[in-house]
Amino acid sequence: MRQISMRELYEILKQIFPLGELTEQRSNLAFITVDRAQLRPLLLHLRDREGFTHLVLLTAVDWIEDGSFQLTYLLCDRLGQRDLGLRVMLPRDGAAMESIHDLWPTAATYQRELREMFGIAFPESPRVEEDFILEGWTGTPPYRRDFDTLKYSNETFAPRPGRETRDPEGYMKEQLYPDGN
Amino acid sequence: MEFEWIKIPYSMLTLFIVANYGFLLTAVMAKIAARVGRRHGIPVWQNYLDLIKNYGLRSSITHGVMYYLGPVFRLSGGVGLLLFVPTIYGTEMFSNMSFAGDLILALYFVFFGALGMALGAAESGHPHSAIGVSRGLSQVTAAELPFALAVFAVALQYQTLSITEIVAAQQGGVLHWTLFSNPFAVAAAMLSFLGSMMRPPFDVVLAPQEIPIGPPTEYHSSYLALLQTNRAIFPIAKIVVYMNLFFGGAASWPVFFLKVFLIYLFSVFVGVAFPRFRVEQSIRWFLVSAVPLGVIAIVLV
Amino acid sequence: MRDELKKRVVKTPDGQELEIEPLRDYYCEAPPTVMPAAYSKIVEGLFNWARAESLWILGFGTGCGAIEMRPLMTPRFDAYRYGIQWRPTPRQANLFVISGYLSVKTLKRVIRSYEQMQNPKYVVGLGSCTINGGMYFDSYNTITRLDEYLPVDVYIAGCMPRPEALLSGFEELKRIIKSGKAEGANRYAENFDWYKANQKRVIQDWDMPDYNW
Repeated sequence: MRQISMRELYEILKQIFPLGELTEQRSNLAFITVDRAQLRPLLLHLRDREGFTHLVLLTAVDWIEDGSFQLTYLLCDRLGQRDLGLRVMLPRDGAAMESIHDLWPTAATYQRELREMFGIAFPESPRVEEDFILEGWTGTPPYRRDFDTLKYSNETFAPRPGRETRDPEGYMKEQLYPDGN
Repeated sequence: MEFEWIKIPYSMLTLFIVANYGFLLTAVMAKIAARVGRRHGIPVWQNYLDLIKNYGLRSSITHGVMYYLGPVFRLSGGVGLLLFVPTIYGTEMFSNMSFAGDLILALYFVFFGALGMALGAAESGHPHSAIGVSRGLSQVTAAELPFALAVFAVALQYQTLSITEIVAAQQGGVLHWTLFSNPFAVAAAMLSFLGSMMRPPFDVVLAPQEIPIGPPTEYHSSYLALLQTNRAIFPIAKIVVYMNLFFGGAASWPVFFLKVFLIYLFSVFVGVAFPRFRVEQSIRWFLVSAVPLGVIAIVLV
Repeated sequence: MRDELKKRVVKTPDGQELEIEPLRDYYCEAPPTVMPAAYSKIVEGLFNWARAESLWILGFGTGCGAIEMRPLMTPRFDAYRYGIQWRPTPRQANLFVISGYLSVKTLKRVIRSYEQMQNPKYVVGLGSCTINGGMYFDSYNTITRLDEYLPVDVYIAGCMPRPEALLSGFEELKRIIKSGKAEGANRYAENFDWYKANQKRVIQDWDMPDYNW
């Protein structure tokens, strides 16, 4: 039996759900932008009907210029050896999202991490309020792009004086092409 | 029976020789095991350095009275085993405190140290110590069974409980050794020997990776130094018992050194060739492989 | 602070009421004291020589550098030749190798392990990360200077240093110990307040006593 391509899968899904645009990275990797409300039924459909049984990862991107977070749910079809990512855009202010830990229990761990690193709330997720990696962190979540790591590090960790830091691009040019060509 | 005071300095001399031989021998054995892995291994004097360093630590802490007594019991188990068994057959000087029923006492002392260690390690309160002790006691108990059977077989065979008389009965040529007159007993005892030497495949008690080194987890500085001293003396003392019971004893120090070395080497050979047993596997192994040999030995006698 | 560490009253099965305060009950809180050297110079010299030739490393890989320590046990490098062994428990170890970057979360465990080691004890900082942060100089949870928090005897530079560099670093440490200058544990005891203040500034949820062994 010939496996249907990502484009064909997208067309089939589009008849059932309102979908955003499709981004095809490779023949076995594609991303679909979906609405927040469509995410849960779409995940269920993909898991139970289309064979995408494995949640590879759940991660976030901080689009600070647009004022939004992008959540990426990456699913894997083990038999078909292909991955499909679902992108959901959230408003950056007071970001919160429905939990999917009842679909994949592993999601609870990802959601704990996202709450800690990005400050995205997942109200129903189990143990989501516990510390994950950072112990007793109170400031801005460190993966948000308005968090200045260098400034924080300099203020907190007493840097040793005398450290030289070079711009990698300029330094490479200087080393490899000393005469400026 | 009158006690001869001269025995005390004599047995101290025995203890001194055996302890130093033990330090060097364990280092040589570590080197042999390292050569199997194509390493050079520790220097032969490393044990002395470790000992001085541990005695030289400036601070030490305690967990209570039994914590102190644990290493002391362990060491007295090793020293007691050595002192109540004739080290060199036929000499007044190195016969130590041997007497008519010393075989039974030796059996008791083999176990004594492990029990003392269990008490001390339990007081230290570290969970890994408790795991190590429970593993150790069950394994030592299982290993002791074939040894006890073999000892009974030998005692029946020679109709005596005195180690000196057992050695005396084996004199007059290699073929008089228990090794040839009662091979099943020797086989059972040597399998049990593997289990009590804390070498692979029976070193899960100390398990360097899963439970950090087992019972002595909390022991440090002088306590650890006592344990190290015991680790030098105890195997030798145990081998002395084996040598006297099964391999014709030793009539002089060179013969003693050679026989102890060879018997020790047996466990090292097995150790470098086989991976480690889990406790339930090793108990099953002792009960299935070694105990029947001991039973056969008793039946044949 | 976690709930199970808070001071509270518990009821025993036979109806007795006990007040427990885990931080005080489970740990010994006495601060470290400066331990004098042996009375005689000759004895101290002998001890220092033995300490130098018998380095027992605590088997605690704190960062990526732990992977560089494994080859030391293999036939190619064979650190056992130099009297270097690995011990799995801090009670018996006398050398702590901070292998590579040290995150704040690990620092907390490192401090506890370090304080459980017995005097004299030595610390080797391995890799650039322990010296000035290395490639993690701008990280939000990686410390940049190890000697702010623990008394360091030797730094081994590199990212990562090869096993040969490690061996040469250990030889350097031996030289320092033999000359009687490796008194890190006593320095820690003397400047205890300063070290504690530094540690507490970084570790946000300090849920252990100031000194725990």
